[in-house]
Amino acid sequence: MQVLLRIRRYNPELRDKPWWGEYSLDNVAPHDTVLELLHRVKWTMDGSLSLRRSCAHGVCGSDAMRINGANALACKMLVSRLAKPGQQSLKIQVEPILGLPVLKDLIVDMEPFMEHYRSVLPYFINDSPAPANGRERLQSPEDRAIFDDTTKCILCAACTTSCPSFWANDKYVGPAAIVQAHRFIFDSRDEGAAQRLEVVGDTFGVWKCRTVFNCTNACPREIEITRAIGEVKHALTTKS
Amino acid sequence: MSKPQVHQFDAVIVGAGGAGLMAALHASKAIKVAVISKLYPTRSHTGTAQGGISAALANMEGETDSWEWHAYDTVKGSDYLADQDAVDVLCKEAIDAVIELEHMGLPFDRFPNGKISQRRFGGHTNNETGKPVHRACHAADRTGHMILQTLYQQCIKNQVNFYDEFQVVDLIRVGNEVRGIVAVELATGAFHIFHSKAVLFATGGWGRCWEVTSNAHSLTGDGAAICLRRGVPMEDMEFFQFHPTGIYKLGILITEGVRGEGGILLNADGERFMERYAPTIKDLASRDVVSRAIYLEIARGKGINGQNYVHLDVRPKTVNYYFEKDGESRRIDDAYIEAKLPDIADFTRTYLGIDPLKEPMPIQPTAHYAMGGIPTDVDGRVLLDTQGTTLDGMYAAGEVACVSVHGANRLGTNSLVDLVVFGRRSGKHMVEYCRHASLSPLPDGAADEVMAAFDRIRTHNGNTKPHVLRQKMQKAMTANVGVFRTAELLQNAQGILAQLQQEFQDVTIDDKGKRFNTDLLEAWELGCLLDLAEVTAVSALARTESRGGHARDDYPERDDANWLQHTFCLRTADGRYELSYKPVTIGRYQPKKRVY
Repeated sequence: MQVLLRIRRYNPELRDKPWWGEYSLDNVAPHDTVLELLHRVKWTMDGSLSLRRSCAHGVCGSDAMRINGANALACKMLVSRLAKPGQQSLKIQVEPILGLPVLKDLIVDMEPFMEHYRSVLPYFINDSPAPANGRERLQSPEDRAIFDDTTKCILCAACTTSCPSFWANDKYVGPAAIVQAHRFIFDSRDEGAAQRLEVVGDTFGVWKCRTVFNCTNACPREIEITRAIGEVKHALTTKS
Repeated sequence: MSKPQVHQFDAVIVGAGGAGLMAALHASKAIKVAVISKLYPTRSHTGTAQGGISAALANMEGETDSWEWHAYDTVKGSDYLADQDAVDVLCKEAIDAVIELEHMGLPFDRFPNGKISQRRFGGHTNNETGKPVHRACHAADRTGHMILQTLYQQCIKNQVNFYDEFQVVDLIRVGNEVRGIVAVELATGAFHIFHSKAVLFATGGWGRCWEVTSNAHSLTGDGAAICLRRGVPMEDMEFFQFHPTGIYKLGILITEGVRGEGGILLNADGERFMERYAPTIKDLASRDVVSRAIYLEIARGKGINGQNYVHLDVRPKTVNYYFEKDGESRRIDDAYIEAKLPDIADFTRTYLGIDPLKEPMPIQPTAHYAMGGIPTDVDGRVLLDTQGTTLDGMYAAGEVACVSVHGANRLGTNSLVDLVVFGRRSGKHMVEYCRHASLSPLPDGAADEVMAAFDRIRTHNGNTKPHVLRQKMQKAMTANVGVFRTAELLQNAQGILAQLQQEFQDVTIDDKGKRFNTDLLEAWELGCLLDLAEVTAVSALARTESRGGHARDDYPERDDANWLQHTFCLRTADGRYELSYKPVTIGRYQPKKRVY
């Protein structure tokens, strides 16, 4: 297969404004990932192309980017998913995720995203003494299952940077931070729910969500994010 | 060249995976610590560990277990090369470490009684019956992800200082003492000196030396190579684990937990061939044993469709058939597999278009884990020789370190145990060390040498692309320093690697800038990989026996009379490699023939 890879480039050391780089690749296999194509460009055509990547199988969360207009991890997006059956030539467009400052090519400043993440107290809070026998706190499989989905988050930012509410106002904590809050609010062992609900119940918390479902579609871990946000909204409206 | 910015801390931790974060949590309670990492911490490779972390909790109803059994399994798994005093520390403290993780909020799966759920894993047995025991504590098949997330969350809670996307490039050593490190800030290309009393390297492995690997692109052995260049020997480098079940051609790991849940390996005849190689424990034999069995099956023409792979079958129909055959009452269904192995199902569906509930998975061994590395004692202190001389203030933990608890072959789940147990011990010991040590002054021009090396790569104009050299190295290592080795193959590898080292002098990159110059960093990382590949080949050629992950076709037997010892490989100032040896510490378990 022939692929024309169109990449949104930016390097303030070279030019003031971003530009489109176009790279023609032959012999692309349907099971090649977009990350492999980007590596082909970087390793054989232009070494200055810059991107983040590490595990290359969808677990580390480094390479979220906008591929043909939708957020995905480059290492989990196969060419076959972007082509029609039998298609022999294909144009693929790759841009950095939206809503965070671009630093170079596909690399964005993650700090605003991490700041929202940290704001929801994304850590286990339980100041009660641990069991006297020195063993684990008990939790039923049913209680464990309630927050299972939101433990899968890899902080790739694909959800938050696909959210129109976040694009409109970057003070919104965004879906990823709410997913993290959910993971603890619904953990039967945790005692920090009230503090977290205060944060996500704020003006720039869950009420900025307009249930567009972009986040759920974007999540490479298939977390039902919109549902999780709904559950947090529900907890806010029913708390005593 | 602009002068590097200097930061002062009591201790600098390099690497933010499980070992680094565990050390950071414990050390930062008492001393001023910086954690520097070339990735955002949650991108670290600990996050890809799947199946579990073993501890003899004996949570399974009706089963008994003990840390001594875990220790024996670890020693046997190591093919008797592990130091048994260190293994005792590992297995004893595993219990408390897992409980500590749970108390930090780690969302382990649960048994119906509310206790942490445990599953079977390769080589973990009831020592009386030899049958598999439920010892691997897990959170679905993303145990490493949950460990990494939980430790990072606790670091946020405890306000640990992070320098994200800073890459370590040198160690500042004066005599037998360290005084800090040199790092590059990726965003700006600026060099920084972290001046400190203590340094911990928790930088992970170097699976990227090989062509087919489960390892992330970032696993380029930076910490180990820096130590080698600063006169620290590398221990037991010939022992590199090939995990039996990587996705065919891609190398992506398929957890041993699949076999722990009942999955079966099948050859072209549909035969469960592990019954012949390991009659008692079958598909759950140690990884080296299973990887060799797969190679031998392929070699005798029993690969699927004559190709270089076999099948891993976890379809409930298959699993239940063998449960029945083995006289087990347990049965599983589709929902159980989806719940216990969701990520595995996602990997094979995404990358192969194969639904593991409907079809078997094509697998082949994949370069996975370095048993060897920077020699340390059980407190993470780095050793300079076989006599136990320490490099004062220098620590290593996790995959980059060799304590040695894994010996010639690591048992599944023990990498995660190693991270938390020895990460914690290193963190605590650094606190003690820093209380008594003073901050010695930095030598003049501490960063000059490495800054010059970087500038040379950045500005050199030649014809050699890093990518081309990297491919040549990976092919050479896979062909010659893989699952089976001979003197001829290893000598061949040494010749190729020496040639590649020459060519590396001409390496040329496109990106001449400073900002996020990953072209430059990848080139430098290739240098690290080449150094470690050479040490691996040198150490492997010298060891004329077969033990654990080091299988020599020309010396097929284990040779305890001559080789019950650890390799130390030092690179001299003039670039030669010097080998010396240190006897294995034997404890309760005398070496005997290893049968599964």
